[in-house]
Amino acid sequence: MYLTKEEEKMLNGEMGYAKQIAMEILVALGKIYNAEKMIPVKSTQISGVSYKNLGEAGLEWLEEIARDGRVEVLSTLNPAGVDLEDWGKMGVDEEFVSTQKKIVETYVKMGVQPTLTCTPYYVGNKPQLGDNVAWSESSAIIYVNSVIGARTNREGGPSALASALTGRTPYYGLHVTENRAPSIEVHVPELRDEYDYALLGYFIGKMCRGKIPLFKGVKSVDNVELKALGAALASSGDLAIFHIEGLTPEYTLKPIEKMERIEVEERDLREARDELNDDSPVDLVFIGCPHASLEEIIMFMEKLNGRQVRKETWICTSRSIKNLCVELGVKKKLEELGVKILADTCPVIAPIEQVGVRSIATNSAKGAWYSRNLNKLKVKIARMDELVEEAVKEY
Amino acid sequence: MIKVKGRVIKKGKVRGEALRSTQPISFLGGVDPETGIVIEKGHELEGRSIAGKILVFPRGKGSTVSSYILYRLKKKGLAPSGIINEFCEPIIAVGAVISDIPTVDKIDINLIETGDWVEIDNETVTIWKRGDKNPINM
Repeated sequence: MYLTKEEEKMLNGEMGYAKQIAMEILVALGKIYNAEKMIPVKSTQISGVSYKNLGEAGLEWLEEIARDGRVEVLSTLNPAGVDLEDWGKMGVDEEFVSTQKKIVETYVKMGVQPTLTCTPYYVGNKPQLGDNVAWSESSAIIYVNSVIGARTNREGGPSALASALTGRTPYYGLHVTENRAPSIEVHVPELRDEYDYALLGYFIGKMCRGKIPLFKGVKSVDNVELKALGAALASSGDLAIFHIEGLTPEYTLKPIEKMERIEVEERDLREARDELNDDSPVDLVFIGCPHASLEEIIMFMEKLNGRQVRKETWICTSRSIKNLCVELGVKKKLEELGVKILADTCPVIAPIEQVGVRSIATNSAKGAWYSRNLNKLKVKIARMDELVEEAVKEY
Repeated sequence: MIKVKGRVIKKGKVRGEALRSTQPISFLGGVDPETGIVIEKGHELEGRSIAGKILVFPRGKGSTVSSYILYRLKKKGLAPSGIINEFCEPIIAVGAVISDIPTVDKIDINLIETGDWVEIDNETVTIWKRGDKNPINM
């Protein structure tokens, strides 16, 4: 693998301990994937923040790296295990909170922006078409590749941090134009809202087996729907990119081989729903997986139409959108109706067992998938209208 | 004695007793970070300690959090002293780099059996079969 003089210096330790480890990580990955060289990146998104996932060992490693590690490019952070300000509303213990704060402080010491969101593209980390970046967080990876057309492989927490510390990533995979071309055509029925897109994503993720889908038959799509589609494709199928004919920036990339073809019918979406649904009584109603945009929060509020919720109801979002909700008076209105707006976290990575939640209702296929498979919760997946009715229902 | 060459993932020199698995290993959930013992139900190494061994297995599997588990084992003195893979994927590679465990891949793991003595010296792997002259005395 070819390294520039500066990259060699990093690898030899001439530019400090953190850069050396970081470059070793990137060179090891470059070897595995036969990368010919390193390329510069414009930004990173770093996962491995929730104490629940990182653990003591992860924190120890971060502290070691943070002694002399400083980021070279704009770097933003994935969600944590709690809302760092309103954690009292979540019912998690103080010890968890204090270790969680230590983790975030360690990243901040390295110059990482504590955005604590899985939607960095809503809060200032929004690259341009064709930019190379190094992102972790599966839903953000697929969004930035597909909707924005910037280029990243599926990074893990340590490799994204390594790119942040060096400003480099090995050149392979989705950084190479040919590897971004579609390889399977997916014809879709009419889709109503983000819930339908989530079910479509869940279904196609399982069907695709690593192929890159080109969706056909979609007339218009909004940002919330794109986010839901990508998050679901990434959860059920580990996919990192999709295209939509006429709508996403790189749908014209020439397929390398003749494309396979899938025809999606409405009953496929119903089947996807049944697979994700336990239809059990609900402890927690939840939207914001990936983190809610302002329009989703307002939509929820409008559907609630002044009614009081009778169940624990969480909207999870980034801190900057939560702050916007404060300014706009939206947070106050929702809180008066019993809805909690939480920033920095979500039920997937919070210590949900401490909160005492055993079953959850959500409109997100990703949220449903991880709640079932990772957190062993019962799940109801439903459209936002139904979630609102579920929240206000008498016990 | 057999000498083969692979690809360096994490450079270094180490010698020890081999512990071989023909099945992939997940460190998250598969190995107890407090004891270094394989706990995955039904795994062919279930109940065995990986501490201090040259761990030989086809590849890693599971979540990226596994990289940190390897680091945690290392800090407790319970990590393998070296790793030999058929194909080292990113989770093991990152774990080996951050934990400073000499690691080499692209090695035919059928050449090695549990109990053999193995040396990793960057890309070179030397194997002394049981019954060969003990390399410790050489």
